[in-house]
This record gives sequence, C-alpha cells and structure tokens, in this order.
Amino acid sequence: MSDRIFGSILTILALTFFVSATQLESPFFADPLGPKNFPFIVSGAALICSITMIIKPDKDPLWPNVKTLIKLFTALVVLILYAFSLKTFGFLLPTALASAALSYLIQPSIFKSSATGLILSLSLFTIFKFGLGLSLFPFPKFLLG
Amino acid sequence: MELFQNLALGFGIALTLTTLSLAIIGCILGTIIGALPGLGPSNGVAILIPLAFTLELDATQALVLMTSVYYGAMYGGRISSILLNIPGDEPAMMTTLDGYPMAKKGRAGDALVLSGVSSFVGAFLATIGLMLLAPILARVAFYFGPAEYFALYLLAFCTLGGIGAENQAKSAIAVCLGLGISMIGVDNSTGMTRFTGGNLHLYDGVDFLVAIVGLFAVTEIFVFIESRGKDSAIGVKLGKISIPIKDILATKWTMLRATTVGFIAGVLPGAGASLGSFLAYMSEKSLAKEKKTFGTGDIRGVAAPEAGNNAAAGGALVPMLTLGVPGSGTTAVLLALLMTLNITPGPLLFNERPEVVWGLIATLLIANFVLLILNVPLVKVFTKILQVPASFLLPGVAMVSFVGIYSLSGSYFDLLLMIGFGVLGFTLRKLKIPAVPVILGILLGGHMEVSLRRAMVLSNGDWTYLFNSYISVGLWIAAFIGFIAPIFLRSYLKKPTPIG
Repeated sequence: MSDRIFGSILTILALTFFVSATQLESPFFADPLGPKNFPFIVSGAALICSITMIIKPDKDPLWPNVKTLIKLFTALVVLILYAFSLKTFGFLLPTALASAALSYLIQPSIFKSSATGLILSLSLFTIFKFGLGLSLFPFPKFLLG
Repeated sequence: MELFQNLALGFGIALTLTTLSLAIIGCILGTIIGALPGLGPSNGVAILIPLAFTLELDATQALVLMTSVYYGAMYGGRISSILLNIPGDEPAMMTTLDGYPMAKKGRAGDALVLSGVSSFVGAFLATIGLMLLAPILARVAFYFGPAEYFALYLLAFCTLGGIGAENQAKSAIAVCLGLGISMIGVDNSTGMTRFTGGNLHLYDGVDFLVAIVGLFAVTEIFVFIESRGKDSAIGVKLGKISIPIKDILATKWTMLRATTVGFIAGVLPGAGASLGSFLAYMSEKSLAKEKKTFGTGDIRGVAAPEAGNNAAAGGALVPMLTLGVPGSGTTAVLLALLMTLNITPGPLLFNERPEVVWGLIATLLIANFVLLILNVPLVKVFTKILQVPASFLLPGVAMVSFVGIYSLSGSYFDLLLMIGFGVLGFTLRKLKIPAVPVILGILLGGHMEVSLRRAMVLSNGDWTYLFNSYISVGLWIAAFIGFIAPIFLRSYLKKPTPIG
C-alpha cells in the first residue's frame, strides 16, 4: 500500500512537472533541443516508473508506531525551530536546547540530555569559533548590542 | 617515465607539512567516523565538506583531507562489525559474517589486526591500480564527445542501483527525482528560470551540498530516533592486541584475490564498495574446499571482505577522477566537493591540474601507512569510541550539519531545505528507494542535459547522432544490460544474513 501511495504522489508530481515544462517558452535563439525537451524525457521516465510502483508494489515496510511518529515529528519541529533561531538567538542557547531535546528523544533521561546539550553547545562553539574561525555569535544579537 | 615524473610532482606536494598534517587528521577523523555505527563514509564526508570550506583550503588540500576521511572510514567500518556485529558502514556488512563469530571465540584482537592488514593490502594496491589505470582511462576519455558523455551518464544511472538492487523501478525513480531537482533554477543555455515556482531562493538551483547533507546526515538522525539508538554498547570484550602472523600469511592469497575482485567492482560505475566486499567474500567462499567454516569465524571470511571493500574504495576513484562519473555514494559526495571547488573531473583534469590528481595519489599512498598504524597498533584507542552513546553522538551530528550548511550560505532557507531533504531521505529509506541515485541525479543532471543539447546542436536535431560512434553504442548497450541484468541475477546474488 505504501508503494501505491508514494507511486501516486510521484505520478502527480511527474505530471505537474510535465505540465509546467509545457508552459516554458522557447526563446527564438534556442538550441534545437530547447529548455523543454529534457524535462519532458525525465518526467516521461518518472511517470513510467511511478506507475510501475503502483501496479507492482513491494511489501509494506514496517512504519513506526504512533509513539515513535510523535517523537519523529517532535524532532522535525526541533530542527525547524533550530534553523530559525540560529540567526536571532546566537549559537549557544539554541544549540544547547536543540541538542538536549534530540538527545532526550533518543534516550529519555533529563540529566544525560541536559549534559549533552551543555557539553555539545560549549565544545562545538569553541571548535567552530576558535578552531575553524566561523563568525558565530555566542549570544542573541540584541544582548550583545 | 612519465609516471615517475608525475609521482615526483605528487610527492612534492604530499610531503609538505600542511598536506601531510591534513592527511593524518583526515585519517584519524575517518577512522572515528567509520568506527561509529551508522555513520558511514558518505555521511562523514558529507558533514565535513562544508566545514572544510571554512578552512579556506586550496583544491588539492581539500581533496586530500576528504579523501583521507573516505579511506579512513573504509578502514574503520570494520571495528564495530567485529566487536558489535553492527557494520560501521554498509560495505563492512560482510565483515560481520565471520568477524563477529571470530571475536566471540575470544579472538577479537586477532580479527581486528587481520582485517586491518587486509584493509591495508586492499587499499594500498588499489591506490597503485588507480595510479596506473586512471591516466589510461583519461586518455580514452579524450575521444568522448557530447553523445558519448550523454551515454556515459545514462550508463551510470542505469547501473547505479547496483547488481544487488531490489527493485529497478525504484532505482530509476530515484534518478528521475534527482534529475528533476537538478533542473530547478536558471537554464544556462537560455537564461530562463525553470521550476522555481517564483521562489527567489531557488533561482540559483538547489545546492547539492544541502541535498547531500540532508539526505545523508539529517535522515540518519530520524532513523536513529526511530531505532532509539539501541546499538551503542560494547558487545565483545577486547583482550590484548597481538599480531597473528600465521593468520596473515595464511590469507595472503585471499587478500590478493579479494583486492583484484574489489578493485574491478569499484571501477565499474555504480557498483561501489558494498559490491566489492560482497563479491570478494562470495568468490573466496566458492573457491574454498571447506565451505562450512565460513560464517563461524573463518579467517578468510575476515580478510576477504575487508581487502575487497577497501580495494573497491580506491577503484571507485578511477571513474570519478577520469570521467566525472562516481562509482559509489561516497565518491558522489567527493564529486560534489570537486564541483564546488570549480574543478571539473575528466581527462582535462590530468593535463591541466596534474598537481591535484598526483598530489592526491601520492598522499593516498602515504595515508595508507598512516592508516595501518592507526588501525593495527592503535586500534584499541578507536574501540573506545564505540562507547560514545548515540544520545550524545546524533545531536552532535545534527549540530555539525546545521552549522556546516549555515556557514556556507548563512541562509535559513537552505537549512529548511536540508531538513526537507532529511524527511525525503527517511521516506525513501522506508520505501527501500536508494538515495544515492537522487544525489547523483542532482550532481550530474545539468551535465547530462548540456551533453544532450550540445549533441543536438552538433547534429542539428538529429537523434541518431547519439549512436554515431562505437564508444557511444557500446555505452548504450552496457547501460541497457546494466539495467536489465539485476532482474535476472537477483536470485543468484542473495546476501547471506549475519548471525544474530
């Protein structure tokens, strides 16, 4: 079933790709192949393969249970928040929090994950800032002035 | 004579203090990365590339550092195979079959030393093979026009799933995904934007480093959370390390045979180190008179896959450097490094930038001796790394990946894109769709399209031009066979399962 669902998504994607390639306008000085034809070939091949996936699906993989799915989703949210906060809040605090959160998701121990966050944040900052010379701000810009 | 001149040039570069130190650092980092379960060479090289740029190294130095990491990871992969029965990376899977049983018999130290020596034999001879074969292949590549290059890329994509591929449609879909992503951005021939959806961030296209780090490192984080890092404790106690000279001498022919098989598997496009170690193990087993001892701690079963996978790692550099077509996942990542450094691999590289190629080859020859020292007398130090808990390691990998990508562009959009690739990689992994073809599609898609368009310009739109030379016809046939063969060979090439 999973293969069929993914195959259907890819079929739609391939068709969208094909349609948006038809919208491209070839300039009058374009080469014989133009900007459209390679996308046509690739979307054609993708269409054949995704339909094959729908017709001949493999056995379903073992998907994670609801509890693990929640954990995975939490990890995803943590990573997204980390991506946004790096610029605004400096390196140390977001890194400590994000790595502590990820560590907790792998092994739920408050002490160990806090230690992981603290050690990783400080040691990586030292390596990146002083070893590799990256321009990282340790603290939020509004605090540094 | 020319070879010696080139080697002299190479050693002149390799023996400078900076290059040598980078090689040693690369070897140590690589062995650590290889030893850590789940963090293979492709992951390791992918995470470190963005950081290597921040060191502002020149092309040769960056390549030396990363290739040393690659070689180191290939050596180090066996450590957790033998001690934990968990391969440190995919090619080390075959080493679990006899390495772990041997360790359980109380011979863990012997297994580590024997596999370390056979890794050295495989990698060292493969580097010599690279030195001899690459210039010849580079000369052949001079005859390649756009039609031949198009057929070559097709061959790489068709064989990428490897002979062990389980579902060809899935390998092909992965290639199409990669090619589709490679077309996003400004079309260089006409200056028009394609498939950007009006998003300004995408005008430059998708940076392949973002895709690579996402598909390898971020995916690994999700996979680890799913498995909750069960595999982080030392399985087998390691006693005193001594050198089992008798075993090493008894397996000398095994190592040489496995090196040959592995090297050839590595040179073939798309085959890579996993196939190298697999074929080396299977051919050694089929040659043995007494087959029953395989799987129970046979020394040949330890020596063969390690010589095979390290030889394949060296072999995979041949098509990457001479044709710009990587033979494995990690060489695909190395190709990304070269392309980011504005170096186009191929025959011209050997003529125009000999210092890059020969500096690399000479350093690899030296790096093998460094790795032998690290992996035989000092192996005990690296086994300590296995005690690092996954709950510490994985957040570390995540943070390094983020900072690496962030330091390249300073844009949070790239970070989000990287996370997106991580989710895609996790889904692909679950559905058993290989991720390496996606990466290769992104890397080579642009070149493939340009080759096709140039061929059409030269022939004024005549498609038969694609089959106008013996080389291109040969490549088309090889591509066809490479795509079809796995369907028939699948039942013959069933992998033996490791003992639990």
